[in-house]
Amino acid sequence: MNRIKKNRFKDQAFKLWGIFCTLLGIVLLSIFIGSILVDGIQRIDWDFITSLPSRKAERAGIYTALMGSVWILVLTTIIALPVGIAAAIYLEEYAKKNKLSSLLEINISNLAGVPSIIYGLLGLEIFVRVMQMGASVLAGSFTLALLILPIVIVSTREALKAVPKSIRDASFALGASKWQTVSRQLLPASSGGILTGIILALSRAVGETAPLIVIGALAYVPFAPESPMDEFSVLPIQIFNWISRPQHGFEINAAAAIIILLFITFVMNAIAVYFRNRWQSKFK
Amino acid sequence: MKENQDKIETPVRKKHKLQAKEVKVFYDDFMAIKGIDMNIRANKITAFIGPSGCGKSTFLRLFNRMNDYVDGFRMEGNILIDGENIYKKNINVEQLRKQVGMVFQKPNPFPKSIYENVAYGLKIQGIKDKSYLKDKVEDSLKQVGLWNEVKEDINKSALALSGGQQQRLCIARTLAVEPSIILMDEPTSALDPISTAKIEELIYELKQKYTIVIVTHNMQQAGRISDYTAFFYMGELIEYDKSKKLFTNPEKQQTENYITGRFG
Amino acid sequence: MRKLKEAVIEKTLLSSALVTIAVTAGIIVVLSIEAINFFREVSIIDFLTDTQWTPLFTDKHFGILPLLSGTLLTSFIAIVFAVPVGLSISIYISEYAPQSFRKTIKPALELLAAVPTVVYGFFALTVVTPFLQTFIPGLSSFNSLSAGLVMGIMIIPFISSLSEDALHAVPNSLREAGYGMGSTKLQNAFRILVPAASSGIIVSIILAISRAIGETMIVAIAAGQQPRLTLDPTVPVETITAYIVQVSLGDVQHGSLEYRTIFAAGITLFIFTFLLNTISYQIRKKFREKYE
Repeated sequence: MNRIKKNRFKDQAFKLWGIFCTLLGIVLLSIFIGSILVDGIQRIDWDFITSLPSRKAERAGIYTALMGSVWILVLTTIIALPVGIAAAIYLEEYAKKNKLSSLLEINISNLAGVPSIIYGLLGLEIFVRVMQMGASVLAGSFTLALLILPIVIVSTREALKAVPKSIRDASFALGASKWQTVSRQLLPASSGGILTGIILALSRAVGETAPLIVIGALAYVPFAPESPMDEFSVLPIQIFNWISRPQHGFEINAAAAIIILLFITFVMNAIAVYFRNRWQSKFK
Repeated sequence: MKENQDKIETPVRKKHKLQAKEVKVFYDDFMAIKGIDMNIRANKITAFIGPSGCGKSTFLRLFNRMNDYVDGFRMEGNILIDGENIYKKNINVEQLRKQVGMVFQKPNPFPKSIYENVAYGLKIQGIKDKSYLKDKVEDSLKQVGLWNEVKEDINKSALALSGGQQQRLCIARTLAVEPSIILMDEPTSALDPISTAKIEELIYELKQKYTIVIVTHNMQQAGRISDYTAFFYMGELIEYDKSKKLFTNPEKQQTENYITGRFG
Repeated sequence: MRKLKEAVIEKTLLSSALVTIAVTAGIIVVLSIEAINFFREVSIIDFLTDTQWTPLFTDKHFGILPLLSGTLLTSFIAIVFAVPVGLSISIYISEYAPQSFRKTIKPALELLAAVPTVVYGFFALTVVTPFLQTFIPGLSSFNSLSAGLVMGIMIIPFISSLSEDALHAVPNSLREAGYGMGSTKLQNAFRILVPAASSGIIVSIILAISRAIGETMIVAIAAGQQPRLTLDPTVPVETITAYIVQVSLGDVQHGSLEYRTIFAAGITLFIFTFLLNTISYQIRKKFREKYE
């Protein structure tokens, strides 16, 4: 009996420990965000968003970095989306079980685990040097597109997998070809899931810093990019640059810029979760 | 008040091992058991029969509180074991389940060795004495007639056994902790006829020492091995009597319809 | 006509899939070529055994060990912190927590992984390090302890989410068998479910290690830029990734030896993560077969 009481006690103790662990990360993050808000919120105003970078902390703004992030986001989407979705369709709907498909399978799983900075080295050599794009928005977008490609492929495949087999059967039975089935039935049916995956991939891209530093994106760019071949900065690099300055004013700038970056990231995640829930309820 | 009621029942304790009093079970808004009173006798085999969804498995699982983990589960009324209310506040559920063993529909050995499977219940009670454990494992496996088949392979994975052997192992695992009651939820429905016959034989032997409640889809089985049979329909207990009587001369028309195969 | 169209479409889709192979090939070729150029000038024995890494100084040494030790030290701290916490979370969520709590907490945890790493770096530098300094007086402003702990917070969701999936995949019949024998939830979790889900849990830990080794911004911001061969978590170190960032920020001439060092460092990093990812893929494949 004593033993059983002891077991019960351990069980309850673990439950409390479990709750503690579950909340630990979230609480720490909340405290941190809270302290950043305190530091940075009063720094955020229209001037901060529309000003060019400056050597003086109180005059510096994030305009060029923000525009750089927008450029990167748009171009990365344009490059990664068609390739990623097409690859996923091939693997999920066309590929037969053979050596090639299992090689593709292993390869994609491996690419998803390659550190982002390695993509930076790839981009530096291939896009910046060999293809002579220089440290341009285009080179950055190509680099990030390759980085998020595995994420887009994996999530698109999951979305296609969730479409019931009966829909495929019904379409084929009516005499539809494979591509007709894919384009008219499967893609519309899985669009919510695909969209979720893409938004999550892009939210990853918008927060990436290291690969863009490696390809040579700059911390100080006097003008927002006007063409894909222009030099650029992005929000995370601007933040990194401000963090590494000794003056306190820049730390406040960094906090303010982090608020904006986190806002963008969280909004993208919220949209993704919204689409996922709406889409999942469709199949239940 | 309730305590008093419990005490009034004490004279029948010995005979009535398990008692249900005005038991209702809800899953959220759905009423799965609609008020059942029932007394189950000690050292007998009681069979629960009825069509799918009639509530017989839900009712069985009340006796070791396995429904506690089901989302939206709620119960009214009382379940008594040896006169003690097992749904009262301070009951120790783990202790209860040692007293009330359960065998499931599909054999579900742990992915461990045969030895570890049988010793599991003792080990979680903190028993570490190797020779005691060894004796107990051997003893339990002998009780289910598995010892001679597996004594060479006692440290091999239980998953390598056949389905029938696995189910007997699961029974041995239950016996090792010395329960007084064994609940069986369609224990042979996933097995072939030969394994089924072996298990039925085993159940029949076990009633010397244990009170056994068995849910079955198979009416021949209920007729062959049980002393008492209860027929459930739509969450109600329709008829409950000696098996001989219920299968040869049921009181209720619904029971007759069911046992003669007119529905279900 | 229709047949031709279908064939063209299939080939187009296939070539998109082949892009991924080209990416891998590209990574290997780029890293190898520059690394080979590097090893023409620096002996591979020096690279693997020299205990100093000073390519940017006049007295140049090219020993990868200090960078490697920095990487392993920060990753080790992160893993030691994140594994018990992440595993406890997965057990709590899958076995203890009510369904409604589970539904709200999982997206909240995933948010931890969505926070950009540069933000975590700022967190480590401006909050965690000053906090730790209040009771570890000798703690330097840049150190592997703070960077490692924050990296641990970042990788918690990788471990908790994948482990929870693995626990969830254990057939319910095993869970019931354990409870039926009188196990407490804790006993059920550690004696039956965790062993049954072990391959999935191991995969989650390996992926987390791989993630920690490749993490860049947190260590670049909070762990420092001083390559040193040490196990002391209170002093500045430099990881492989932080070194690559450091060089990239400066003005390094293409084709110079300094330029090539980042590829030599990069290929070391790539080999490590490649091995870890391959191992985890193989375990996952085996594990999937077991349940299908």
